[in-house]
Formats: sequence, structure tokens, C-alpha cells
Amino acid sequence: MDWTALALSLRLAGWTVAILLPVSILAGRALAYRRFRGKRLVEALIMLPLVLPPTVFGFYLLTAFGGASPLGQLWTQVFGGQLVFSFPGLVLASVIFNLPFAIQPAQRGFEAVAVDLREAAACCGMSPLRRLWRIELPLAWPGVLTALVLTFAHTLGEFGIVLMVGGSIPGETKTVAIAIYDSVQGFDDRGAAIMSAVLVGISLAAIMATTWLSARIGRRLG
Amino acid sequence: MTPTRRRLLLAAALACLVPPRLAAAQQTAPVVAAASDLQFALTEIAAAFTRDTGQSVRLSFGSTGNFARQIRAGAPFELFLAADESFVADLDTEGLTEDAGDLYALGRIVLIAPKGSALTPDPRMDDLARMLAEGRITRFAIANPDHAPYGLRAREALMARGLWDDIRPALVLGENVSQAAQFALSGDAAGGIIALSLALAPELAERGEFALIPQDLHAPLRQRMVLLKDAGEVARAFHAYLQGAEARTVMTRHGFELPEG
Repeated sequence: MDWTALALSLRLAGWTVAILLPVSILAGRALAYRRFRGKRLVEALIMLPLVLPPTVFGFYLLTAFGGASPLGQLWTQVFGGQLVFSFPGLVLASVIFNLPFAIQPAQRGFEAVAVDLREAAACCGMSPLRRLWRIELPLAWPGVLTALVLTFAHTLGEFGIVLMVGGSIPGETKTVAIAIYDSVQGFDDRGAAIMSAVLVGISLAAIMATTWLSARIGRRLG
Repeated sequence: MTPTRRRLLLAAALACLVPPRLAAAQQTAPVVAAASDLQFALTEIAAAFTRDTGQSVRLSFGSTGNFARQIRAGAPFELFLAADESFVADLDTEGLTEDAGDLYALGRIVLIAPKGSALTPDPRMDDLARMLAEGRITRFAIANPDHAPYGLRAREALMARGLWDDIRPALVLGENVSQAAQFALSGDAAGGIIALSLALAPELAERGEFALIPQDLHAPLRQRMVLLKDAGEVARAFHAYLQGAEARTVMTRHGFELPEG
């Protein structure tokens, strides 16, 4: 069992969730309530990582983050070091790749909040921020929670992009999915089996925790 | 949720963001990119290096061509052990390496068949030719010749025996030679052409039989290693260690022929 790889995966998933939490709330809410030109295009772009093969995505990211790219050069100037084949690079790739998993369920959650409820709150003179905090978020919470758990579990299992952008560096970019791949290639079937089982266990626990939490929240609100 | 529980959950969430301190020492160990035929030999040498010097390296195995590509994209490897020297020569021309590198081994290829396969491996691949003629080969594994040197040599050997055109529809390509070995021994394939260094490993030896393919059927696999720009002291020490007596003994035991010196 490669504990370093598992710790790295958990850390990657943690950062991805932390960054995508505000994004999922703001973007999910905007897509649920606002009408604007090009909304369908934006929605389609967010969904793109869902259908594109991870290797295609990884290839584009490698080109976009690489030392020769403007983004890669800016990163090196500001922080020193490389963006590709580094942990921050993985986090950035993971954030982009998880956009549909973070935004879609949150959007559905906000859509489920009744229009008259929101209008009543507005009529009572609640500020938009207070409305979000006191009315919308508590009701859309199951959707946001689902978004976070999906993002977390999906990051743990992500393989193709990590392989392309990460380079399998132990302790830095070698996540548990890569470690499983490596142990299969090293004919270490036992190691691969144990790590796979751990990964399945964590993902299952995460999903069960959400359904349990949403049920509790539902009961409390209902 | 009770406040205590909420606090626990928050602490668990935050713990995911904290860099693991335990791995801090390991984080500074240089990363060595190595062709996957070295999987077993290099792991053993690295362990001996750590035992003898107290220093450690991080090993990353994959296909030589992919590593060359990653090095061009800025991957932070400090030492590169290629399965074919042409990749090192290209990186050297582009000014990415410290020098032209050193020849460290000559690789060999073998025809391998999993237990229970109808194919009986022989050096000149006569049984493979017979089965191909009878149309009995449906799956045969080699590494991808586009970027994996062992795949390239496998193709050369099959071409030299006049089997390439017939076997092409049956080929399954591994991303590197390790994966090709995985495919070849999966039981679904009749067999494959892989590195001798892998075929000799106990993990594989028990799963199949193999025959060494004579060197007149393919160009030599001249394996060259090179220090990359910005290589640190530990990487240099490991580079020197690889040329020492103990490392050479390990390499020979894993089926590599050694260059003079």
C-alpha cells in the first residue's frame, strides 16, 4: 500500500473541493437564476470535460501550462518552479476537469428553490447576500453537498489527466490512481488489489455520507 | 449535527489540505526517469544505493519516448535512463542535458508466451510463423513502436522474419514494454515480444515461457543514461553509483549486457 500516494490524492481532492466550493455556489446560482446571451454555450463548455477523453484534455493542459506557454511563464516568474509536473499544476488541472461535477448538481439545487420564496424574501427587503445565506443556500444545500462529494470522489479516481500533466513523481504528482497503474505494470497484483479496494471504500463512504447528510438536512428543514 | 461533530468534520476537511510533513524528507530526493525495462533492476539498485549511502532517489518508470517529451515540457527529472540512446542524443542536441551521457547497458528482447498458450517460444520465432500461417494468432502484444524502443526492436525482429504484415491485425500495443508484458501474459494473448530484463523477473517467470531472440534480427538496444540540466548532488552520486561494481552485477543478473568499461 502506497500511503504517500493516498495522502497525495486526498490532498489533491481537498484542494480541488476547497477551490470549487465558492465556484459551484456562485456559478451554479447564476446559471439557475440568470438569463443571458450565450448561456447555452457556457453550459456546454462547463460540461465539456465530461465527454472529452482525459488524454485529450491532458494534452491541451500540458500545452497551456507548459514552460513555453504564457501561463507557464507567468507562473514561473511569480512563484518560481514549474506548473506542469508539480502539485499546483495538478490542482489547476483537477479544478478545470471537475467543473461539471461541481457546478451541475449545485445548479440543480438552486433551481429547486421555489421562485415565490425568493421573491418574498426580496420583497421583505433582504439583501442579495443575506438571501443567498439565509434562504437559498439552506434549501440548495443538498445539491451543493452532492457537488462537493462528487468532486472529491472523482478527483481520487482521476487518471488520464494526472498521467499527462503529472509525470508520476512520488510524493508530488503520483496519485493513488497512478500508483495502482504502476503496481499493475510492476506485476504487483496484491498491491494493486489492496489500493483499489481502499479507493473503492473511500469513494463509497463519501457517497453514503452525502445521502445520509442530505436526508438529515431534509428532515431538519421539513 | 452537534458542534463537536461539526468541528471534527471541519478538522478532517482541513487535514486534507495540509502538506504531509512525513514525506518532507522524501520530497527533496531527486526524481529519476527510467525506461520500464529497468523496473526490477533499478528498484534493486536504488535500494542498495540507499543502504550504502543513506541517500534516496525517487523512481518514475515509463516509456522512453514519453519521458523525452515530458523533459522537453519541463519535467523536473534529474537523471534519465533511456532504453535507446537516440532519445538522449536528441535531448543533448536541444541543450537539455548536461552532456552526451553514458552507455549503461545493452538490452535484449524475448518472445514470450503465457502458460497454456498454444505458442511455443523459440529463438527464430518459427512456431509463431507456423501459427500465423494457420491463422491461429488473434492477439499478440508488443510495446508501441511509435515511442517505445522495445516496441521498435520488436517490429524490426518481426519484419526481419517476414511476419510483420501478417501479425499487424493481431497486435495489441502497450504504452511501454511493461504494459506489453502485462498484455502478453494476460492469457488472452498468444504471447508477445518484451524485454529480457522483465521476462527474468520472478513475478513474470512463473507466468510464462520465453526464448531469447537473436541479435541479428534487430538493431541493438543501446541504453544510455544522462544527467539533465540542474541535476543535484544526490542525482550525481546515483549516476556514479550506477557505474559501480555492485550496480553492474545487479544489471547482469537482470539480463542486461554491459558495455566495456
